[in-house]
Amino acid sequence: MSARDTLPPLWRLNVYRLLLFVASMLSWHVLTQTKILPPFFFGEPLRVFGQIWKWFSSGSIYPHLAITLLETMLAFFGGTLLGLIAGLWLGLKPTASALLSPYLKALNSMPRLILAPIFAVWFGLGLWSKVALGISIVFFLVFFNVYHGVREVNPVVLANARMLGASKRQLLRMVYVPSAMTWVFASLHNAVGMAFVGAVIGEYLGSVKGIGYLILEAEGIFDINAVLGGVITLTMFAYGLDMIVTWAERRLLRWQPN
Amino acid sequence: MSAPAVVLRDISCTFPPSSRGSQPYTAVRDVSLTIADGEFVSVVGPTGCGKSTLLNVTAGLLTPSTGTVDIFGEKLSGLNRRAGYMFQAEALMPWRTAIQNVMAGLEMRGVEPVESRNRATEWLGRVGLRGRGDAYLHQLSGGMRKRVALAQILILEPQILLMDEPFGALDVQTRQLMENELLALWSANRKSVIFITHDLEEAISMSDRVVVMSAGPASRPIGEFSIDLPRPRDVAEIRLTPEFLKIHAAIWETMRDEVLKGYQQHERA
Ligand SMILES: Nc1ncnc2c1ncn2[C@@H]1O[C@H](COP(=O)(O)OP(=O)(O)OP(=O)(O)O)[C@@H](O)[C@H]1O
Ligand SMILES: [Mg+2]
Repeated sequence: MSARDTLPPLWRLNVYRLLLFVASMLSWHVLTQTKILPPFFFGEPLRVFGQIWKWFSSGSIYPHLAITLLETMLAFFGGTLLGLIAGLWLGLKPTASALLSPYLKALNSMPRLILAPIFAVWFGLGLWSKVALGISIVFFLVFFNVYHGVREVNPVVLANARMLGASKRQLLRMVYVPSAMTWVFASLHNAVGMAFVGAVIGEYLGSVKGIGYLILEAEGIFDINAVLGGVITLTMFAYGLDMIVTWAERRLLRWQPN
Repeated sequence: MSAPAVVLRDISCTFPPSSRGSQPYTAVRDVSLTIADGEFVSVVGPTGCGKSTLLNVTAGLLTPSTGTVDIFGEKLSGLNRRAGYMFQAEALMPWRTAIQNVMAGLEMRGVEPVESRNRATEWLGRVGLRGRGDAYLHQLSGGMRKRVALAQILILEPQILLMDEPFGALDVQTRQLMENELLALWSANRKSVIFITHDLEEAISMSDRVVVMSAGPASRPIGEFSIDLPRPRDVAEIRLTPEFLKIHAAIWETMRDEVLKGYQQHERA
């Protein structure tokens, strides 16, 4: 018997989830209509969703959305790829990793968002300064996980593969990478959110396009409904990307129990 | 006369202290052992005496502190490419299915995928896992995983087989089935085998020779017994013959004190 056996069936769970959503929206609506929560600060759900609808039906949000998603994707895939390569490489080179480890730890504990102004100076106010910020966050997340994954490889499995005749490259492909994958996916769920953070914070700090810019603009005219609309739009896309990661994880880690 | 498959000459293995202040540990000292081409040799000895250590040395995974290893007359340096090693611990790749594990060695040698799949299917059948090839390891029982490991090694047809308690996790019936299977495979195509086990009956029923190790530290062989029982053997039936019982009594005489010593050392530790 596991905890799962005592759960209600999925369709009922989904009904409950929907009810929960409707209930929270309704209470938001009622609380702001009755002015218990001032609408100036808390917005009004109907107006928020009206704003989102207007953005999408008029198409005015698409250029902003496109740029933010592009920044996020580039940061996510770029940071993941670089983190993967660096993690594998350093995980397999004890001397290099001993040499670099205090610096890597220092870099990782540095709040990366303070790099945003530097990236703005280096890469300008366009796309690349946001991508750089996102990469600088995603990279370390993935890197440390891959690094651990490589070091935690089961030594008997490794020895067995060597005895079977694996070359260095084959060891990498057949043992190190699959073994590190568990760790990689654990970090990718965080990386999705962090890639968005990099893009949007970058846009706050200086840009002429993107959802972050849209939010900033709305904030400038105290349009709280548009701010919340931007936040909700971003959340939906981040959630979508996370579901893609989950899907890939299910496929690639099919070998694991459960 | 061809060169012996394995010659261990004056092998000692000392491990560095595990923590500051503790002593370095000498697992085996001055072990010399020769395995003829095609010979089946079992090594028995109390737990912790250094059996796996000797196998690691023969496999080239562990460089001995002193002594040399010759494989078919050539000095071993690096990995032993002529040996297949069935580890005591689980060594299969859990991210691969059973058949993908069996295929792994062929894949590493660049054999065509279609051909290696066919050969792996054949080998899965031989170890009694027909139709289970697409199962992931966690979907197989411990005994099934042992059989996958056996197929994974035998498919490469190594000249030397190093087996570290391969059937320890199996029930008696499956175990005897696997033992007979291994003997049949072995006699069809005589490889040299070093077979490690805790089970003296298993050692006698399978081998040409049984080597008894003393309790550690600084363990070494303290007795060698030729097993002149006729082949082919059935491991279950042969245990009931008077010759078997006589050999068993003789070896047990040598072993008993060492086993007791081994236990006492463990209790003290
Ligand atoms: N890497 C190591 N570092 C330190 N000590 C080790 C190492 N490997 C083995 N030893 C020690 O060497 C001794 C022999 O170990 P080994 O694994 O060879 O025993 P064994 O005869 O195979 O035992 P068992 O029958 O229980 O498998 C043990 O006391 C063990 O603690
Ligand atoms: Mg052992």
